Amino acid sequence: MTRIDTAISDIDVLDRLAAGVSPIHRLDPRAKLIVTVLFLLTVVSYRKYEVAELTPLFLYLAVLLALGRVPVLVIARYLLLACPFAVLVAVFNPLIDRQIIAQLGPLAVSGGWMSFVSILIRFVLTVSAVLLLLACTGYVTVCAALDKLGVPRLLIMQFLMLYRFIFILADEASRMLRAHSLRSPDGRGTSLRVWGSLAGNLLLRAYDRGVRVHTAMLARGFDGKFRPLPGFHWSIADSLFVVGSSAFLILVRHGQLATRMGRWALELSA
Amino acid sequence: MSHHIVEVKNLEYCYADGTTALRGVSFRIEHGESVGVVGENGAGKSTLLLHLNGCLLATKGEVRVGDIPVMRETLRQIRRSVGTVFQDPNDQLFMPTVGEDVAFGPLNMHLSPDGVESRVHGALDTVNALHLRSRPPHRLSGGEKRAVAIATVLSMSPDILVLDEPSAGLDPQARRRLISLLSGFKHTKIVASHDLDMILDLCRRTIVMHQGAVVADGPTAALLSDRNLLAKSGLELPLGVQNCPVCGASPSASAIPQI
Amino acid sequence: MHMADALISPPVGGAMWAASIALAAYSARKIEPEIAERKIPLMGVVGAFVFAAQMINVTIPVTGSSGHLGGGMILTILLGPHAAFLVMFSILAVQALFFADGGLLALGCNVFNLGFWPCFVVYPLVFKKIVGASPTHRRLMTGSIVSGVLSLQLGAFCVVLQTLMSGISELPFGTFLLLMQPIHLAIGIIEGIVTAALVSFVWHARPELLELSADRKLEPSMSLKPVLTALAIAALVTGVLLSWFASTHPDGLEWAMFRITGKEELAAPEDGVHATLARFQEKTAFMPDYDFAETSAIQETGIEHSEEDAESWPAVSAGTSVAGVVGGGIVLILAVLIGMSLRLIQRRRGTVTP
Repeated sequence: MTRIDTAISDIDVLDRLAAGVSPIHRLDPRAKLIVTVLFLLTVVSYRKYEVAELTPLFLYLAVLLALGRVPVLVIARYLLLACPFAVLVAVFNPLIDRQIIAQLGPLAVSGGWMSFVSILIRFVLTVSAVLLLLACTGYVTVCAALDKLGVPRLLIMQFLMLYRFIFILADEASRMLRAHSLRSPDGRGTSLRVWGSLAGNLLLRAYDRGVRVHTAMLARGFDGKFRPLPGFHWSIADSLFVVGSSAFLILVRHGQLATRMGRWALELSA
Repeated sequence: MSHHIVEVKNLEYCYADGTTALRGVSFRIEHGESVGVVGENGAGKSTLLLHLNGCLLATKGEVRVGDIPVMRETLRQIRRSVGTVFQDPNDQLFMPTVGEDVAFGPLNMHLSPDGVESRVHGALDTVNALHLRSRPPHRLSGGEKRAVAIATVLSMSPDILVLDEPSAGLDPQARRRLISLLSGFKHTKIVASHDLDMILDLCRRTIVMHQGAVVADGPTAALLSDRNLLAKSGLELPLGVQNCPVCGASPSASAIPQI
Repeated sequence: MHMADALISPPVGGAMWAASIALAAYSARKIEPEIAERKIPLMGVVGAFVFAAQMINVTIPVTGSSGHLGGGMILTILLGPHAAFLVMFSILAVQALFFADGGLLALGCNVFNLGFWPCFVVYPLVFKKIVGASPTHRRLMTGSIVSGVLSLQLGAFCVVLQTLMSGISELPFGTFLLLMQPIHLAIGIIEGIVTAALVSFVWHARPELLELSADRKLEPSMSLKPVLTALAIAALVTGVLLSWFASTHPDGLEWAMFRITGKEELAAPEDGVHATLARFQEKTAFMPDYDFAETSAIQETGIEHSEEDAESWPAVSAGTSVAGVVGGGIVLILAVLIGMSLRLIQRRRGTVTP
């Protein structure tokens, strides 16, 4: 499979999940969007050496994963594939920050290692939360929710049109690439000259398609303004979800749950 | 109702680069008529169709839909009464889901939410595509795409349906379903196609175009069995009118629609 | 290079979101309905094109390495700055959502880094200047390559700044800069070459598609307001939020030193690039320093301290907010400087092409 096909099938996987049915799927997308943003803000608001207190946040992911019926493997695959710029940068922390800030029994832990682990946890938490939002809501619905929350409509329409045409353009591109690779059996990549005319032709076709789509839109009374997308129904369940999740996040953020739990366990064992 | 009449008088059109695409095209299509437009590639069929909904405006001559001349000022009314189904359904389906795409036209007509809903439901029901409503267009088959593209236009309840190559790229059964769907419509229909057999099935009248001009306009059965005319226009006899390739027998009279 | 959620702090993420949304709203308003009606479908397909083209790797001659299209420059050349910015926004959003490239909070940063610079700064001030009113093949090529390099350098520099201001990574400013800029010089050259190849193809096949020709008629001369507003919003919000979230136990000595050095730098005579760079370094270097102060505080008081620490944080205190305003002020001055030079260039261009 070429990269294009892989990309499309990745989008497809999340789209199919989003078409499922579950209590999480039924929630108002605005509620899910708000909670996801709150979750992300909570994650990144921790200090850089925080490790233990981040862990209760996995509870949220676990609940969503379970209720939303999202396979863990899908998320895990994304986590592995996601361009780990964060991890790349994090690797330097243990090398640079060697101050010992914690003593775990005989093991002295440097600040660098703490912040390195912290970044890894943040990475897993943030990426999973976004993927879960998408897998339980769907791209189009997320866009509609953004529309209702006041994001400029032109931008929303751009989001939707882009999504629509990615499939068509990716298909055209992969057909062109296939035709190219069938006639260049030894070549691994495309040379700049070939790339230029391959991509150039793709661009011209895309442009012509844009003109045709424009005509089709005009023919159906388009005047440069988009009418509002269909609305959603905010129910008590949605309010409960937002309030409950917020309470949970505040509790986790300020409740020192992990430390308390640890102390309690130590006292018990002592 | 005079609304359903399409009248084209001495229509001429030149593209920006100077090519003349239409030279003095004239015809009048009455209420409820079903008319095929045929001709070789580049004969001007698509250009002609784009004039009927005002996507292109005449360089010379006039196009009238009902009592209204097609002009910049009347585009809104014109596009309400003329529904165009374009050749590539991928160009027609630009919204993320089938339902939203079918609702696009009615929303632009400022209908109430209930009105939009009933239009969408009705149009999808007509083309038997209600079950596709929440699907994204990229997950439809060619035939489904075509049906939905037609629904996007039907939802605006046009008086006149204009279709450009509706059977292109369909498998034989999907093509057959499309033909029976279209023949069930009471609208005035104008169909441009190379699929002469479909024209034979669908349209009583045919306009033959060649190099931007109308070279023949008359009953389909007569025109599409005129070997000389078709050859001159870059076409050939439809299979339905050709003799049997195995035994050479001429087609039974029933194969040619009676006028 | 995409900024990631795991590396940013709320003030930085929030500030960049504010700036990006403000720019998007501005761009959306700027695209008049009459133009939008024509441009919207093009924006959709051209965006999808960039997305697809990014997946086609190209083998770069001589080096033999492979690269791909970033997109900011080619979009601006084809669609003009406002539409291109919105398209870039949408592409990055899809990448963030579907491919976990970057992240939702970091999206603001990424849009700013990869959209703002090529669309609103490099295109009007560099590309158009090089290409001029009557483009030639050579000028287009030079313009594309120079612009590609510049956009990515600016973007990479922003990544460094945002990472450091967030204080999650330990990389010192200098080291990080030395890591990022050369890598992005290479990536930028590739991006530039690839963009140039594409622009030259379109230029030969369908020159009318390039926004250059239509630009003057459709878009009134680029206003400086969005550029300044975006920079100002980013600076102000970052400064205020950063200080708000900063430690509640600021080491007095550190702060005093900062104030002195800050003032000293401002008062220091400006002699060209060197001073500017030095000031930049000073300005950004105090952030990690400041972080160190906080670390040592934790060290001194021990780990037990953390509970009280977390409870009282973030807290608004007069001292830290003052620091934020001072930091914001520095960036504002920088913004004004950039703005003035932009206007100067603008005026000069205005006299060349009335």
